[in-house]
Amino acid sequence: MTRPRIFVPWDAGALALGASAVERALIAEERKRGVAIEIIRTGSRGLLWLEPMIEVETAAGRIAYGPVHGEDIAGLFEPLLEGGRHPLRLGRPEDLAFLRRQTRFTFARCGVIDRQSLADYRRHGGLKGLERALSLGPPAIIEEVTRSGLRGRGGAGFPTGIKWKSTADARAAQKYVVCNADEGDSGTYADRMLMEGDPFCLIEGIVIAGIAVGATKGFIYIRSEYPHAIWTMTRAIETARTEGLLGERVAGSAHVFDLEIRVGAGAYVCGEETSLLDSLEGKRGQVRAKPPLPVHKGAFGQPTVVNNVISLASVPAILAEGAEVYRDLGHGRSRGTIPIQLAGNVKYRGLFEAAFGLSLGEIVDDIGGGTASGRPVRAVQVGGPLGAYFPRALFDTAFDYEAFAARNGLIGHGGVVVFDDTVDMAKQARFAMEFCAIESCGKCTPCRIGSTRGVEVVDRIIRGERRAENLTLLQDLCETMRFGSLCALGGFVPFPVISALTYFPEDFGCAPLGAAAE
Amino acid sequence: MPTGSPWSVERGEEIICTHKHLAGAALPILHALQREFGFIHREAIPLVARALNLSRAEVYGIVSFYHDFREIPPGRHVLRLCRAEACQSMGADALAERVRERLQVNWHETSADGRVTLEPVFCLGLCACAPAAMLDGRVIGGLDQTRLLALLDEARR
Repeated sequence: MTRPRIFVPWDAGALALGASAVERALIAEERKRGVAIEIIRTGSRGLLWLEPMIEVETAAGRIAYGPVHGEDIAGLFEPLLEGGRHPLRLGRPEDLAFLRRQTRFTFARCGVIDRQSLADYRRHGGLKGLERALSLGPPAIIEEVTRSGLRGRGGAGFPTGIKWKSTADARAAQKYVVCNADEGDSGTYADRMLMEGDPFCLIEGIVIAGIAVGATKGFIYIRSEYPHAIWTMTRAIETARTEGLLGERVAGSAHVFDLEIRVGAGAYVCGEETSLLDSLEGKRGQVRAKPPLPVHKGAFGQPTVVNNVISLASVPAILAEGAEVYRDLGHGRSRGTIPIQLAGNVKYRGLFEAAFGLSLGEIVDDIGGGTASGRPVRAVQVGGPLGAYFPRALFDTAFDYEAFAARNGLIGHGGVVVFDDTVDMAKQARFAMEFCAIESCGKCTPCRIGSTRGVEVVDRIIRGERRAENLTLLQDLCETMRFGSLCALGGFVPFPVISALTYFPEDFGCAPLGAAAE
Repeated sequence: MPTGSPWSVERGEEIICTHKHLAGAALPILHALQREFGFIHREAIPLVARALNLSRAEVYGIVSFYHDFREIPPGRHVLRLCRAEACQSMGADALAERVRERLQVNWHETSADGRVTLEPVFCLGLCACAPAAMLDGRVIGGLDQTRLLALLDEARR
């Protein structure tokens, strides 16, 4: 008799909510009742308000239960084995509105497969992209990625195909692929979820990139705050080596490719590609002046493709399904899908992969269901600590690179942090400057000094000291940082500061928007 | 556990030796040293410098640049509380206040009984289960005051 298969997530988010206790309780109950079950550790489906969400395989497909806690297992064990009735029963996960409304392209397998099994990965469509890549050859792979319209998901939105082409055209004995897994933006966790839930997909994407540009070596730079992702990726790379996906003959081809993990050390700025490269080389993670671009002179002075996790993990499916399938999704110049990460004070918290083009209002009110606290939504910060704070008045903004840029915002890596009406926007503006001061690499003056002066100026405004004068000074300082900083840290920190001031002036002791000027 | 074994030059040399062949070996070496000893002992700096053909100033520059590397031993437990925006939106600032009060410490300090070091962290990627923290590598989400204080008591036992 086959043992009932129970799926329990090993995603850090699910673990933080008690998934390990659930597993322990399942094992204890199994022993107590003498019923053998098989526990499969998956990633998360991304419905974090339902985590820990566990599933059982039945004749009618998988049936989910959640949120399940260790103490629920004694009563849940019997119905669970059959997919039977219980107050925590959610039904088929695919039928849950939050999942049904998504276009799971890059995250199709996340939370579904046994994250550690290459065989399971293959059963769910894995390695098809690599097979096609091997049959196409480098120029056609790059052509396909270019035609898909894929743009860098780290935040800058640079066309991936063009980056690959430049690296392929660079002549050097050694080239590198560097995967940027230094996902430091608050409100973002897509890279973490993918690495923890579908590690082979990332490996496949990196290998394809290596073949396309002629690199034989890759690095994944993972932030130290992600121990579970580091653990899962490390094991997956070992398996990929044993199974011949990495090494002297990649998947039986003539291509050579190997992959190593490097762990960051708690510096936000290392998410910027040039400081990441310095850090990878074993130095202080300081920003480099560009040019030279990494595609010409990157890691260890060699031509290097630096791509975000989600960019690389989207490549296998783009090649497997064809560039058109991806390109036909999206909005304006933002093609394909983006994993929107609903975070903070929002009712339905989790990862929502969708084609570009949803409005911010649909995302926050409709998909997210408003705040978790039940209070009115006052502000939404999109794109991490360097992203603008948007008020409800801007909820018609479409989620795409250009639409956000047109309103002095950015979508960055796709994080959406929701705040209710208890938020103090002057405090948030101060925090943006404080964060920049803590995390500045120190190389350029506007960022290093400007951020500290910025905290002081905001403090004076909050205290009501010569307010009009200090407001002008703050605007001027932001202008200097915006145009004078070497990278996006100092250059973009004015976005949250100025947006807070523009849309929530009353929190700075000024007249509210729409009221007469001071 | 963050508290490592007592500093030993021989063991330090051994660790440096196992990692120095790596490309860009400084961070892997420093991580390994901190894993073993709980912090980067100042006597380790010239050893790393010699192994990597760097100056001591350069190595110290690397240690001091990254928030992860400690120059003094931590307490028995390290509590890392997320201070970033997603956690702020769910009340992380107030929680941090309570912890600092309870432990009588500021950020980066260790409680007088040597049990708990409090460190800020800017995002654990647990933004959909905020407020979040990490206690000695164990992740905890959906914190409230009761759970957090229980966690502190557990750490101080």
